[in-house]
Amino acid sequence: MDFNLSEDQQLLKDSVDRFIQNEYDFETRRKIANSDEGFSRKNWKTFAELGWLAVGLPEEHGGFGGPVETMVIMEGIGRGLLTEPYLPTVVLGGGLIAEAGNETQKSGILSAIADGSCMVAFAYAEPTSRFNLADVATKAEKSGGGWKLSGHKSVVYGAPSADKIIVSARTSGGQRDRDGVSLFIVDNNANGLSRRDYPTADGLRASEVMLEGVEVGADALLGEEGKAMPVIEKVVDRGIAALCAEAVGCMEVLKDETNEYLKTRKQFGVPIGKFQVLQHRMVDCFIELEQSRSMAYMVTLKLDEDEAERRKAATAAKAQIGKGGVFVGAESVQMHGGMGMTDELKISHYYKRLMQIDTMFGNRDYQLKQFAALTQ
Amino acid sequence: MDLAFSPAELAFREEVRAFLAEHLPDDLREKVRNRRELKRDDYLRWHRILHRKGWVAGWWPEEHGGCGWTPAERHIFDEECHNADAPPILPFGLQMVGPVIYTFGSQAQKDFFLPKLLSGEHWWCQGYSEPGSGSDLASLKTSAVRDGDEYVVNGQKIWTSLAHYADWIFCLVRTASDGKQQEGITFLLIDMKSPGVTVRPIHLMDRGHHVNEVFFEDVRVPVENRIGEENKGWTYAKFLLGNERAGIAEVAWNKKLLRRLKEIAFSEQADGRPLIEDDVFSRKVAETEVKLTSLEYCNLRVLAEMQEGSPPGGEASMLKLLGSEVTQSITELTVEALGYYAAPYDMPDETPGSNRTPVGPDHAEGVLGQHLFMRAITIAGGSSEIQKNIIAKMVLGL
Repeated sequence: MDFNLSEDQQLLKDSVDRFIQNEYDFETRRKIANSDEGFSRKNWKTFAELGWLAVGLPEEHGGFGGPVETMVIMEGIGRGLLTEPYLPTVVLGGGLIAEAGNETQKSGILSAIADGSCMVAFAYAEPTSRFNLADVATKAEKSGGGWKLSGHKSVVYGAPSADKIIVSARTSGGQRDRDGVSLFIVDNNANGLSRRDYPTADGLRASEVMLEGVEVGADALLGEEGKAMPVIEKVVDRGIAALCAEAVGCMEVLKDETNEYLKTRKQFGVPIGKFQVLQHRMVDCFIELEQSRSMAYMVTLKLDEDEAERRKAATAAKAQIGKGGVFVGAESVQMHGGMGMTDELKISHYYKRLMQIDTMFGNRDYQLKQFAALTQ
Repeated sequence: MDLAFSPAELAFREEVRAFLAEHLPDDLREKVRNRRELKRDDYLRWHRILHRKGWVAGWWPEEHGGCGWTPAERHIFDEECHNADAPPILPFGLQMVGPVIYTFGSQAQKDFFLPKLLSGEHWWCQGYSEPGSGSDLASLKTSAVRDGDEYVVNGQKIWTSLAHYADWIFCLVRTASDGKQQEGITFLLIDMKSPGVTVRPIHLMDRGHHVNEVFFEDVRVPVENRIGEENKGWTYAKFLLGNERAGIAEVAWNKKLLRRLKEIAFSEQADGRPLIEDDVFSRKVAETEVKLTSLEYCNLRVLAEMQEGSPPGGEASMLKLLGSEVTQSITELTVEALGYYAAPYDMPDETPGSNRTPVGPDHAEGVLGQHLFMRAITIAGGSSEIQKNIIAKMVLGL
């Protein structure tokens, strides 16, 4: 049993910390988030140079590291509240292609992800699917030698900047059947694909992606026809682990900032941190953070276990982190008083990100229900 | 990073498991499994079996009669004991006063007390709390006045667990009242048979007799029964409290309680289906299990740090808080699971010849009593509020 980072992992962490410290102070972050694209292409290039975009990808395609390395980076992304679409491109996009892709797809896209020349988004949700990954109304029909896609994919993070969008679509079965879901790699500028782009509450960018008879070749099918669900779940579980790490980074900043505020802000002639009622609220935040950190480690280290263990780990971790993140966020706003409400302080921005993290891939209620079904 | 235990640790787990399978008496196993009250002889019988094996205080250093187990080995041992439904090893002697004696005691104290403590010849209890002191331990008033080679002790302790079984009590007493409260406290070992010691039972809401009041009226205690220096007792007391918190998360025990809860919820019916399939109930169970899972990995992180030689500080308070909350959730849900059959409650009747027939399903036995008694764990050993104060001060610097 060992919860220490290896030497290489520590070096990676140091490089992430250094980058955030030197290149991503909160004012810079604000400018980046408010820019047209909502992230910095220059930073993306730096990530490629630092090797971050190759993390978790297969070694034969220039990748290195695994879940722990991803965790280290995502925790940093959480601490710095980075807006660059790392999760959609590297963790989800790279993960799906590495997991399900044929040799041509892998060699064509993975090294391009690693060198920063290809960005990816994963379009899985739909207006009526809520958190059920198998609830897919988007259709893919055989057409000529390839496929024709039609449907509406909702809140696709990273889609505005993506070169490729991986779309889940139904090739057979009823709307919520696990069988019959397939994955397709679609060019973002394909004929018949239109997007409505928008900023999300947490300062990122997403799109509604409309597919109206989008024609793709047979080579666009990613993995086996109709058998995508296990692949999607596996990669989404990696996404959950990554999000858990990001949430821990966010919560850590909120905990430190709020703790510091309690020591400096005075009321009734004393620092407000002298009031027991606030001490206890702060302790509750600390404990939620430590529980969440433990769960982030746990799920990260269980990603390669068999499906049942992995799913249990992911649902438990996501339930804890969803709850803990929203709790620490809301408490931090409360303890900062009126200042916590402002756009000026970073507190509210971390809170908003933690709220989105709770929702993404299924919120607390959804995860608890899944966990209960797995553990009854 | 790696969640796995080492091959040596896994081999140790097998060894413990095999030992328990062979040496844990069936009747004790049954008693523990069915939440029946353990009596003095039950505890002692198991204590002696472990002592013969040399495992009763395996985590003690070898020079004092232990095996020098690492924190991970101790964790594995505790886990296996819980899984096997072994009676608990009571903490008062082996975990609390024992280490104080071998760390701060005189050679004569070590020679006299340690072997008797290990063999079970001496049953210890803890004289810390006093009426009116509660979690403010240092406000204690029981006085010890030096008279030649003896101290004369007067005062009262309260909430003294199992004092009615004890041969010896370790006490914090006041030997000076000027200066800081903490600086006038002395650590004394007192023979319960000394004239002037009276034990009076306190019955708790589960109607069990777990705790007592202990009165001292001109009790004469030889100076040689003092640990370390006069007025330095707070140092030894704090050391003891640090030890008390080892294993405080009770993960294995909580897992066992949760398994039991699920068994009951499977067997109880609601709307013609197992209760566990009820959405609201299963959600509450899931929430508790998620919390227990996070506690388990918090505990393993602390354990891994202990393996590397850093003792837990404020983290121990966190484990105590979380562990006690999880236990209370589980026992509360277990009572809920019984529905109406939580009501026909009676203290387990162990009177020889008793033919009391329990009402309701077998799995209802002892459930309410356990839940009622478990309300104490967020109060005893420093209340949850005190644990939060400790974390606020030690970890957050508030």
